[in-house]
Amino acid sequence: MKSPRITLAYTLVGALALGGTLAACSSDSGDGGGKSTPSASAAPTLDPNTKVTLKVVGLLPGSTKEAQAALADEVKEFQTENPNITVQTQDYEWKATTFAADLAGGTLPTVFEIPFTDAKTLIANQQITDMQAYLNQLPYAADFNKNLLQYGQGQDGDVYAIPAKSIYAVGLHYNRDLFTQAGLDPDKPPTTWDEVRTDAKAIADKTGQAGFAQMSQSGTGGWQLTVDTYARGGRVESEDGKTATLTNDGTKAALQFLQDLRWTDNSMGNNFNYDWGTINQAFAAGKVGMYTSGQDVYTSLVQTNNIDPKMYGLTMIPLEGDNSGVLGGGTMAAVSSKATDDEKAAAIKWIDFHYLRKYTNEQAAVTNAQTQVASKQPVGTPELPIFSQAQYEKYQTWIKPYVNVPLDQMTSFTSKIFDATLVNEPAVATQDVYAALDPVVQAVLTKKDADIDKLLDEANTKAQRAIDSAGR
Amino acid sequence: MSAASALPRSGGRPDGTVAVEAAGPPPVRRVRRNPVTWVKRGGLSTLVFALPVLVIFGVFSWWPIVRSVVMSFQKTNLVAPATWVGWDNFQYVLTDPDLPTAIRNTLYFALLALVIGFPIPLVAAVLMSSVKRLKGLYSVLAYLPVVVPPVVAVLLWKFFYDGSADGVFNTILGYVGLGPYAWLSSPSLAMPSLVIEATWAAAGGTVIIYLAALIGVPGELYDAAEVDGAGIWQKVWHVTMPQLRGVLFITFILQIIGTVQVFLEPYLFTGGGPANATLTILLMIYNYAFGRSLGGDYGAATALSVMLAAFLAILSLVYFKLTSSWSKS
Repeated sequence: MKSPRITLAYTLVGALALGGTLAACSSDSGDGGGKSTPSASAAPTLDPNTKVTLKVVGLLPGSTKEAQAALADEVKEFQTENPNITVQTQDYEWKATTFAADLAGGTLPTVFEIPFTDAKTLIANQQITDMQAYLNQLPYAADFNKNLLQYGQGQDGDVYAIPAKSIYAVGLHYNRDLFTQAGLDPDKPPTTWDEVRTDAKAIADKTGQAGFAQMSQSGTGGWQLTVDTYARGGRVESEDGKTATLTNDGTKAALQFLQDLRWTDNSMGNNFNYDWGTINQAFAAGKVGMYTSGQDVYTSLVQTNNIDPKMYGLTMIPLEGDNSGVLGGGTMAAVSSKATDDEKAAAIKWIDFHYLRKYTNEQAAVTNAQTQVASKQPVGTPELPIFSQAQYEKYQTWIKPYVNVPLDQMTSFTSKIFDATLVNEPAVATQDVYAALDPVVQAVLTKKDADIDKLLDEANTKAQRAIDSAGR
Repeated sequence: MSAASALPRSGGRPDGTVAVEAAGPPPVRRVRRNPVTWVKRGGLSTLVFALPVLVIFGVFSWWPIVRSVVMSFQKTNLVAPATWVGWDNFQYVLTDPDLPTAIRNTLYFALLALVIGFPIPLVAAVLMSSVKRLKGLYSVLAYLPVVVPPVVAVLLWKFFYDGSADGVFNTILGYVGLGPYAWLSSPSLAMPSLVIEATWAAAGGTVIIYLAALIGVPGELYDAAEVDGAGIWQKVWHVTMPQLRGVLFITFILQIIGTVQVFLEPYLFTGGGPANATLTILLMIYNYAFGRSLGGDYGAATALSVMLAAFLAILSLVYFKLTSSWSKS
């Protein structure tokens, strides 16, 4: 009998498919030649005597020595397996505000990472290369979750970007130490927005730290406001992706919540300029009681911010309203359109080795987990399945002896996430919609008399203009 | 003798240079030009000497300018072939709801930079030129911020501007009972905070220019003023300022041009926030081109760049027209 978890997992990936379909409908045409089936032509294999140097994405800038050592070990193992390939890692953090400059300036490595929402447009713009023939060389090429794989497929049906890591749903991360200091039970995190507000105030009053913090910079303000909107049953775009719907009740309620915490309770501290990296930094430094971000953020909290595992807690983002859901997304590996055939052949070997093989091969999973554990890197951070749910559960069994993340401090998330409806990011002009919402979040957090309705009207006009101009 | 009477008479400029028109055109002996005489008269060697500069300017300045103008009439992502779109990019930019905010903020930054940033280097240079000892040390101290890499300087100041009560500036102000202030998180304080850092970072360069100009002020003028009973402020006002007028005119317009093109500070400090309080025109240009992960609206970015360049060119022309008549008067 299929377990409820498995059924619900398929519901999750099914929900992810919705946004992807919309994105496919809205993408610029320009790639492919009207083919509807993937390319079957054989890709050139790499001659073992041909020397290739491959530049790949490494760790986040500022990662710990232990994380660097683990990656160096992984590179060494890869080069032992492929003596003709030299891998050069490059520190990298995807940011909406710098990615296009890096791409245009040619400063990205040959293998780089992109969010699900960007793949279709990069394919249409011919900025990433067709990897279908190379992907076919992998034994598990046909086993990908089709609903995730389609995000990286062009109109010709070929795969250009490959689902690689961080398949996430947004969760509520909290500091167990601050909960204890505030007289709250860290094993009973909040389950409603009202409880989040009450707990935030308690933390702020009793510890002097921010009870709840919100990202607001470089598109992350819009991203998180969209998360908050979905959690209250709202949507920021119509289903067909043609209309901006920022003035919905969910978004208004989310902003009212922030306004109350900021100006009535004074429970949000004094920094309102956070982005993804800086809020992680503040959280790991014990300055933030709660914040929302992808469920997998624990890995970078360890690798980059040296968090004390004992203080970390993860729970579900509160869901309220009929149509409420958890925003989900993920990261794909892509190869530069300027890569040579040899580089592409080397790239698929690295993508297999670094990102994917561990999910389908027990020996690879064990070796990878051992390498990570030896360098005190996190193993077992909760994620959603790239392949099937059954395969995912098999992988969890393989790595179980090596899991070193405090999973017992995340059970209120891991036990419920598969019951939730996962909703994809807005499909059309995603980053523009987020950029339009950034100033709204900033205004609510920095201006006491911010008029939410007026701000949302203005943002909606900007978002609609961006949607209308998506193919401009 | 008054200080004013000590100024150079006709034909001289406040900065000490001699006006060419006052001397009248010298008689020119016309020589028939042909390639041979051109080479004989050193034309070839002149060209060879000038070639590297011409090539460098051509490749890195003039060609990008031409490409920008062309691109402002195109839709392109720099990968697929460009298509001509006429005035669409200009229309798109001019109807952007954020444009008035960006213009307002840019002018506000320029005004604040002028009020705060223009007099400080001048006062510092005058004071430094007056001191007799350790002049070199003061020059080094004044210039030091200029050699700090801008990104490092901004990160440093970001730390200073920490909005919590234990932030550097808030701690200092706390000693006198002020604050804490939100600095970069406050829509009203964010822009002045940026200007203060920008002034700190750039003042040293201007101080050096003023110091160099002050060296050229003849000492006799000060002696004469002193004989006339002038105090220190009268000497500054009646001797130093008129002598620096030429340099001041140049630094003034350079400052206007520089501040209208402010990018680094809002980009690194605030990203244009909070609530667009530090969104500037150049930041908008960057956002069009690169701000979105799928960015690439290079047409809109170059259209706004072209309009800004045209505005600055007209402003400079008007300014020089005005100031040249003032100089003559």
